[in-house]
Amino acid sequence: MSNRVKNIIVPIMAVILGMLVGTIIMIVTGYDALAAFTALWNGAFGEIYYTGEVIRQVTPLILAGLSVAFAFRTGLFNIGVEGQLIVGWLAAVWVGVSFELPAVIHTLVAVIAAGVAGALWAFIPGLLKAKFRVHEVIVTIMLNYTALHVTNYIIRSVLSEKSDRTEMIKETATLRSSFLEGLTDYSRLHWGIVIALIAVFIMWFLLEKTTRGYELRSVGFNQHASHYAGMNVDKNIILSMVISGAFAGLAGAMEGLGTFGYASIKGGFTGVGFDGIAVALLGGNGPIGVILAALLFGALKVGALNMPLEAGVPNELVDIIIALIVFFVAASYMIRLFIDRISKKGVK
Amino acid sequence: MGFMDILYIVIPSTLLWAAPLIFTALGGNFSERSGIVNIGLEGLMVIGAFSAIVFNLAFDQTLGNLTPWVSLLVAMVVGALLSVLHAVASITFRADQTVSGVAINLLAVGAALFLVKLFYGKGQTDIIQKGFSKIDIPVLSDIPVLGKLFFSNTYYTSYVAIIVAFIAWFVMFKTPFGLRLRAVGEHPMAADTMGINVTKMRYIGVIISGALGGIGGGIYAQSISSDFSHATISGQGFMALAALIFGKWHPLGAMGAALFFGFAQSLSIIGSSLPLLENIPNVYLLIAPYILTILALTGFIGRAEGPKALGTPYIKGNR
Repeated sequence: MSNRVKNIIVPIMAVILGMLVGTIIMIVTGYDALAAFTALWNGAFGEIYYTGEVIRQVTPLILAGLSVAFAFRTGLFNIGVEGQLIVGWLAAVWVGVSFELPAVIHTLVAVIAAGVAGALWAFIPGLLKAKFRVHEVIVTIMLNYTALHVTNYIIRSVLSEKSDRTEMIKETATLRSSFLEGLTDYSRLHWGIVIALIAVFIMWFLLEKTTRGYELRSVGFNQHASHYAGMNVDKNIILSMVISGAFAGLAGAMEGLGTFGYASIKGGFTGVGFDGIAVALLGGNGPIGVILAALLFGALKVGALNMPLEAGVPNELVDIIIALIVFFVAASYMIRLFIDRISKKGVK
Repeated sequence: MGFMDILYIVIPSTLLWAAPLIFTALGGNFSERSGIVNIGLEGLMVIGAFSAIVFNLAFDQTLGNLTPWVSLLVAMVVGALLSVLHAVASITFRADQTVSGVAINLLAVGAALFLVKLFYGKGQTDIIQKGFSKIDIPVLSDIPVLGKLFFSNTYYTSYVAIIVAFIAWFVMFKTPFGLRLRAVGEHPMAADTMGINVTKMRYIGVIISGALGGIGGGIYAQSISSDFSHATISGQGFMALAALIFGKWHPLGAMGAALFFGFAQSLSIIGSSLPLLENIPNVYLLIAPYILTILALTGFIGRAEGPKALGTPYIKGNR
């Protein structure tokens, strides 16, 4: 079996295995698995309202997934999407609240601010990796918590008077659209999905069609060979983190300007950043893969909310399934071994 | 409030917050010294906290004052079981260890909350009646000045944690087992040539990390939070990871770092009631552990370098 086919079969197998184990868990714990999956489906696609919500959920997932995938493609592991996302969220809301600009332009400025904030936050691990050879995984984890506490402080002490959320952003900065809301029976669907899809195109174009992208990927494959070929390894590492962080920052803008319209004090992470890792892995770090994986996880997350109502099954079951899918993709060596064995038997 | 009065408040509080961090950081120490990255410490603490609370609630009538200690053993076993998953994925199936760790974190939170809803029909558990309670340690607390500073109004678990740190140091640096564990993490091929079973050593390293991480979570739940919900463990595991790195992958260093981070955490909570500190925004204390760890990694505060083979799966016969 060719590698190309295997690369498609592995994630599909992982999803099936994840669902299967999820089903077994439900049967063991005495829940009605069929009712649960029906509720999941209805909660995601049963009504146009739910579908709108799924697309809304998919928007930041695509961007977070792109962020992780971009870093992966260039040999880096950006586990700091969560931190870059919160920083971007805050930056977007900050611009949205305090600037006075005409409609469209205000939104654009806010979105760009989010991207820049995320990029700057990711610049730190990039710089440390390039100059001091510090592993980016640890630095980005540490920066996640730093971002959480710093943004909480800014929201409480700078953007509001000891309140736990900011004001609503100005009408001119919003990504919300009454047109899209009307189309989907008043879901919170907003224009962000367009931005996310543009970002997917940008990632593909940048990585596959430009010299810069070739260099970035090359440094990811083999730093020494790239250095020998005359590429500036340090610069490419920093650039890769910065671009990855910009995608993550944009994901924050989706929440800040679209879904919520404000920023609030957080006790913990949004989870979107970690789901981004799942999306990138399952999507094989490719543009189309990321969109499909984000759709799957978005539908699972939104659909899950219907499970307690319609089937009496806790929505955390979906978190378990997502974790298992990540697990099976990570341990894909197992699946590949299994496929090899089966296809060999076929030959004999 | 005099300086001594402040110390009487700060020191016991530091010990309280440091205990779970010490245990979990030591756990991470065993895993990472054997060459396996363990981002899953957070998840191991979550599952430890969850199982300790559930067991505590179920058996506090029968076990009486022993309950929190037995619950801790349960947390240890459950933590070890969950870590087997990480071991299988990252050692046997050569998964990316960071990704597998992320999966452990997601899985622990999902499974714990799912089971809480299954058992209790709501999003969080009741408050336990038999947690670890404050005690004055007999004899030691009677020492003048020092007794009141270090041995009064405190918890046994903190001292157990410190003792375990010394045991971990002894095991890791003074026994054949420790030498093998470290060899496997530095140069698995050389270790393999010398007849050490790399896979087995790494499995043991990861499972010890699960056991100690579970204990860490169990202590946190039974002495600080007293119940279990989605927010019980939020970042403790990652802070333990930071302590491990700040302590340069050395058990006593990790203990020192954990004590220091415990100090920062307790100040961020009680600081507002102390003179001198009341005007300093606690955000500085909250982010201090993370910033210091980054500085330590970059070499500004003595360079921290991990085991050589950390994060690379060992494949027999590959160069």
